[in-house]
Amino acid sequence: MTELPRLPTSGGCRDEPILKQRGQREVFCGLTGIIWLHRKMQDAFFLVVGSRTCAHLLQSAAGVMIFAEPRFGTAILEETDLAGLADAQSELDKVVDQLLARRTDIKQLFLVGSCPSEVIKLDLSRAAERMTERYAPSVRVLNFSGSGIETTFTQGEDACLASMVPVLPKTDERQLMLVGALPDVVEEQAISLLADMGIGPIRVLPAPRSDTGLGIGDKTMFALTQPFLGDTHAALERRGARHLPAPFPFGEEGTTAWLRTIADEFGVDDATFERVTAAPRARARKAITQASDALRGKSIFFFPDSQLEIPLARFLTRECGMEAIEVGAPFIHKGIVGPDLDMLAQGPTLSEGQDVDLQLDRCRDARPDLTVCGLGLANPLEAEGLATKWAIELVFTPVHFYEQAGDLAGLFSRPVRRAELLDLEVTA
Amino acid sequence: MKLTVWTYEGPPHVGAMRVATGMTGLHYVLHAPQGDTYADLLFTMIERRNHRPPVTYTTFQARDLGSDTANLFKTSLQDAYARFQPEALIVGASCTAELIQDDPGGMAETMDIPVPVIPLELPSYQRKENFGADETFFQIVRTLAKPVARTARISCNLIGPTALGFRHRDDITEITALLSDMGVSVNVVAPMTARPSDIARMGAAHFNVLMYPETAETAARWMARELDQPYTTIVPIGVGATRDFVAEVAGITGVTPYLDDSRLRLPWYSKSVDSTYLTGKRVFLFGDGTHVAAAARIARDEMGFEVVGMGCYNREMARPIRALAKDYGVAATITDDYLEVERVIEALQPEMILGTQMERHIGKRLGIPCAVISAPVHVQDFPARYSPQMGIEGANVIFDTWVHPLVMGLEEHLLHMFRDDFEFHDAAGPSHHGGHAPRPGAAAGPAPQAAPSPRDISEPEKTGADIIWLADAERELKKIPFFVRGKARRNTETFASERGVARISVETLYEAKAHYAR
Ligand code: SF4
Ligand code: SF4
Repeated sequence: MTELPRLPTSGGCRDEPILKQRGQREVFCGLTGIIWLHRKMQDAFFLVVGSRTCAHLLQSAAGVMIFAEPRFGTAILEETDLAGLADAQSELDKVVDQLLARRTDIKQLFLVGSCPSEVIKLDLSRAAERMTERYAPSVRVLNFSGSGIETTFTQGEDACLASMVPVLPKTDERQLMLVGALPDVVEEQAISLLADMGIGPIRVLPAPRSDTGLGIGDKTMFALTQPFLGDTHAALERRGARHLPAPFPFGEEGTTAWLRTIADEFGVDDATFERVTAAPRARARKAITQASDALRGKSIFFFPDSQLEIPLARFLTRECGMEAIEVGAPFIHKGIVGPDLDMLAQGPTLSEGQDVDLQLDRCRDARPDLTVCGLGLANPLEAEGLATKWAIELVFTPVHFYEQAGDLAGLFSRPVRRAELLDLEVTA
Repeated sequence: MKLTVWTYEGPPHVGAMRVATGMTGLHYVLHAPQGDTYADLLFTMIERRNHRPPVTYTTFQARDLGSDTANLFKTSLQDAYARFQPEALIVGASCTAELIQDDPGGMAETMDIPVPVIPLELPSYQRKENFGADETFFQIVRTLAKPVARTARISCNLIGPTALGFRHRDDITEITALLSDMGVSVNVVAPMTARPSDIARMGAAHFNVLMYPETAETAARWMARELDQPYTTIVPIGVGATRDFVAEVAGITGVTPYLDDSRLRLPWYSKSVDSTYLTGKRVFLFGDGTHVAAAARIARDEMGFEVVGMGCYNREMARPIRALAKDYGVAATITDDYLEVERVIEALQPEMILGTQMERHIGKRLGIPCAVISAPVHVQDFPARYSPQMGIEGANVIFDTWVHPLVMGLEEHLLHMFRDDFEFHDAAGPSHHGGHAPRPGAAAGPAPQAAPSPRDISEPEKTGADIIWLADAERELKKIPFFVRGKARRNTETFASERGVARISVETLYEAKAHYAR
């Protein structure tokens, strides 16, 4: 019998007050999502319509990490494009013609809006419609915004997936849809666990290629694998699909609760659930115990970044014995992270949005044992003697589900162990 | 509209950040959306700085547009002043803010900030990072530097070094020592290491050493005009250039030229027998104009390479690089289009590339060794050890750096001798590089995924398509060491096609070898 997670007796954080400050935000814009999305969708090209800054962001945030010829690029707006809008549309046509003529492997093209394209009101949805007609049936052209005035970091993936939902064909098949771009190895693990319980068919959004026949309809149940998919969630519901709200599959407990929610919906009996999950659960527990040794009793402070903060705080406090001081998230969407908030014991400050200078003041006062933050803040905080974990790694690395639970704990324990390991003083 | 995959330079406000981050006591208030804060990581991660760049971003959002982005700017400026208490501020707009035309400079003027606030006009849709750095430094100097009495001793300012500059940190040390040997002291180093109050006393120097024209030439000219300070025109990278630089400084100041070359090793290292294998190596140069020009001279005159092509990405340097290329009898590639650079390299098939971080990746893909000579660079080009590019030690460092990616002399002969040896398989790089790529198919786990080549998005190239390699010849070709095999294949194919030979035999292979022998 699998016991359901026990909720904190003191009460969870769902109805706790949320600190909202407005000042400088130190976060990426949604364009950053392209870095992992283009690896995931193998026949897609992401064309940012933006400025040199946008191109430089993409390159700096990831370029060197994946220096294969990328399936993304930037159509850089120039003075002439800014002068007249009609011009910009036809210029864009030219760039796309050029691109698609050279890259016949591209089946889906995303026109990605940026701050400059939005400020000059360059209508990319019109452009996408026009181009879809022009290139049908070989290439489908969609658009979404990854701009920094509209989106924060992982919201770019949300906007991208949401843009795909309206064009999915309708299906009346009862199916399970897993939503969120995960590393293949993780995705396969999830599918095989669920398939072993007899659940199927299982589909994934985003599909690795555009020709997989992914459909949607009233009989589609969907589970989110990432907490930042608010718009996608809404778009799926508009197509009649039903959400299965659950804690996110981080750690043994989160994974079990997530699987359990789906299993219940699909009428999986306890014995089957137990048979499929017992071994990996035991492995996950063991791995977490080992990897979280250095974390027990240590405090943690989250700067807002990926929206993974709340589920991760839940995992780290409940399964790794950490104490959360502040859990900052760029947005708190209770319809999605509610189940995680229920499980997170009261105590930490919950904050949404940010004023980075004030938040740094709080962090310095609290002197947490570990601070989770973006790349711009990590080294400066290390230099002040605070151990840090770069948040961006959490979206790049396989961290979901049982087999990665130990790795996930390890990502946090490494900087703590490292801080304890380094010794540069005289020994005598 | 221009399709761009990778860029050599960031937007101009990143240039301004390089100036601000190099300095202390200066703060930059940048009207920009939140995503633009990515630029902080260039400094904190790539350069490993231990403090945040002194930049406050207004991070306006869509809902602020049309309502109060201007107020947001004012509040940010006020808060930044109160929190950081800088000696001076620079204010400006990023590409997006430029479009909403809030005029940060104008707004700042209406506020009672008790320190100088310097407005920056950096046209984001026309200019780039180097321009941004050069213009920002110029505006700072123009606002803050005043004529002051000259120092009693002969002194100079070192100008041009910025945060994120390629080896700027160590070049400062090297040049300071070199000048001190001549009896010339350094008054101010700027922008890197300077405070606004130091800029104010730049006029005390007798002349300026323009270390990097890319980032300080406009300021140098202004100071020549307004403060009557001549500036040096020779960038002391390489042995010859360092000697010329010493002569130039002597000319400007009247001191006796002096260069302590007791630690200079490049000339002997170039002459020693092991370096015979460097003779006539065909190299391609690409980077910013200043570093490319310096590297060309070193490559040809100090290493004995053959320069087969050169170019720069900063159009500001197009003219001098074109002229230099003409001198060297090669074509100049002036472009910031990374794919074009790759096409040129592919066509020239050099044996080594001296380039930037970008060319390192081109080299990786084409199997051509590459050493980095210019920004943009990555984290490994900010080494912990002292490794300048300028002066005597710079020359030593350059020798080592350029030779490092190559297979060493004797090793090259051994490879010839034992070419069938199992350990000398294709994937084994030079023996002094650890972590060789596993031989594909070897039991060392999955081979790294081959990156689809960028040729995907260029015209398909047709080389030797109708020429057939006979099995014997193909086998013989495989025996040729991997690092020259590509060249052997191409040479043989060219040789064959020039002679209308459609089928390449072992014979053809060796005829071609004899033909190209040098
Ligand atoms: S982790 Fe650091 S070194 Fe590695 S690619 Fe990213 S920025 Fe470069
Ligand atoms: S914040 Fe806006 S302008 Fe800056 S990189 Fe992102 S989309 Fe481009």
